[in-house]
Amino acid sequence: MSVTTAADGIKEIGTPLSDGDVESLRAGDRVRITGVLYTARDAAHGRLFPLIEKGEKLPFDPRGQIIYYTGPSPARPGDVVGSIGPTTASRMDTFTPSLLGLGLKGTIGKGYRSQPVKDALRAHKGVYFGAIGGAGAVLSQFIKKLSIVAYEDLGTEAIRRLEVEGFPAIVINDCHGGDLYQDGVKAYAREGA
Amino acid sequence: MRDVHVSAITDAVKKLCIEANLDLEPDMLRAFDGALRRERSPAGKQVLQILKQNAEMARTRRIPYCQDTGFVVCFVELGQDVHVTGGGLDDAINDGVRQGYTEGYLRASIVRSPFDRVNTGDNTPAVIHVDVGPGATLRIMVMAKGGGCENRSKYKMLTPAEGVAGVKEWIIECVKTAGPDACPPLILGVGVGGTFEKSAILSKKALFRELGSPNPDPQLDALEKELLDRANRLGIGPQGYGGDTTAFGIHILTYPCHITSLPVAVTIECHAHRHKEVTL
Repeated sequence: MSVTTAADGIKEIGTPLSDGDVESLRAGDRVRITGVLYTARDAAHGRLFPLIEKGEKLPFDPRGQIIYYTGPSPARPGDVVGSIGPTTASRMDTFTPSLLGLGLKGTIGKGYRSQPVKDALRAHKGVYFGAIGGAGAVLSQFIKKLSIVAYEDLGTEAIRRLEVEGFPAIVINDCHGGDLYQDGVKAYAREGA
Repeated sequence: MRDVHVSAITDAVKKLCIEANLDLEPDMLRAFDGALRRERSPAGKQVLQILKQNAEMARTRRIPYCQDTGFVVCFVELGQDVHVTGGGLDDAINDGVRQGYTEGYLRASIVRSPFDRVNTGDNTPAVIHVDVGPGATLRIMVMAKGGGCENRSKYKMLTPAEGVAGVKEWIIECVKTAGPDACPPLILGVGVGGTFEKSAILSKKALFRELGSPNPDPQLDALEKELLDRANRLGIGPQGYGGDTTAFGIHILTYPCHITSLPVAVTIECHAHRHKEVTL
C-alpha cells in the first residue's frame, strides 16, 4: 500500500498508485503526494488522443500514474519551475475515460468532472484530486525536479515529468461515487440563495 | 496639447503587467482577511489561508500568484488634449506587454488564431479599450485576466418584462454554473444595458472598481449587496470545497438601453484578481 495516514490526519500518497490505494481514498480526504506527476493539458491531450485511438505507444506509460492538469509559468534562473497551479479539468473530460482505461490512476485539476469521467473512475478505479486553483506560487515549492517528456514545441503545454514531495491536494471524486463538490454545497448552503 | 511619448506608455504597461502578477492589490488582501473572519468551513478557511500565503510568496519570491498570468485587458482613458508621439498607442501597449511577459518570467498564454492555435510566445496582443474624454492625462488600467474564469463568463438578452428580478436570477445562475471551475471566491463584473457588445465591455470595466468600495449609485449598491449575500448562501465556498465565501464582490455598471432590450453580461473573475493602473 502506498497510502498511509499521517499524525495530522492527512493521507500520504506515494506514486505509482494501485487499485487498492485508490479504493482507500474518499471524497474530502486531504492528501500529500510524493513521487512522480506528469503534466498534460489541452494541447498535449490533443496529441495523445490519436495515439490512443490507433493503439500506439504513449510518450509515458500511464499505468498507475497521475496526470496534473497544469501549464506552468517559466522558471526564474535557479528555480525548478515557475508558478504551477491546476487548470480547469473539464476541458480534458473527453480524453480522461480512455486514459483511465489504459491504467491511469489519478488526475489533479480544479472544477467539475463530467458524468462519463465519474463513471470511468468507478469502472477503472481512478481518483480525481483537486489542487488549489490560483495557488501556483505555493504549489511550486513542492516540485523538486522537472524534465520535459514530450512535445517541447508546445511550450507551457508540453508533457513534463515532475518529482514532487508532499504535494497537497484533496480528493474531489473517489472511485465509490463520492463527490466533495456535492457534499460541500450540501453542508454549507443556506436558505435565501 | 500635451505630448506623451510612446516609450512612457510601453514602460508603464510593462511594469503594470509584471506587478499585477506578483503583487496583489490591497483590496484583494483585505478581502481574504474579511472572509477568514466569517468563513465557517474548515476546508474553506484553509484555502483562504493558503491563498493569503500564496499572495505573500508571489510578492516576496517574485513567482506569479497564478501560473495563468492572463490575457492582458487594457482600458485606456485618453484625454483629448494628449498627443501620443513616436508611434501608435496600440503598438506601445503591446510592446509593454511583450517586454513585461518576457522579462518578468510570465506565461505566454495567447495563440495567434483561435483555429490554428499557435502560441505568439510573448502573450501579445492585449485586448485594448480606449475611451476619449476631456483632459490632458492618460490613464492606463491593466488586468491580467485568467482563462479558466473567463470561460465561465456569460451573456443573456432578457426581456424588459423580466426586469430586475430576471437580472438577479440570471446573475445567481451564473455563480452556480461557474462553481468550482472558476476558482472561487469569485468577483463578478456585471454590465446591464446598452447593446450586446456594450454590456460585455461594461462587465469587464466594472471589475476595476476597488473591491469592497460602495457602488456610487445607491440603488445599484443595494442590489450588489443583496446579490453578494445570496451568492454566499449557495454553499459553494472557496475552491468549491463548501463554505460561506463563494464571492468577494459583485460590481454592476449600467447604460441606457433600447425599449426592446435588457442585455446582461457577466464577467466571471477568480480570486487571482490582478489589476493595476497608472495615470500619465
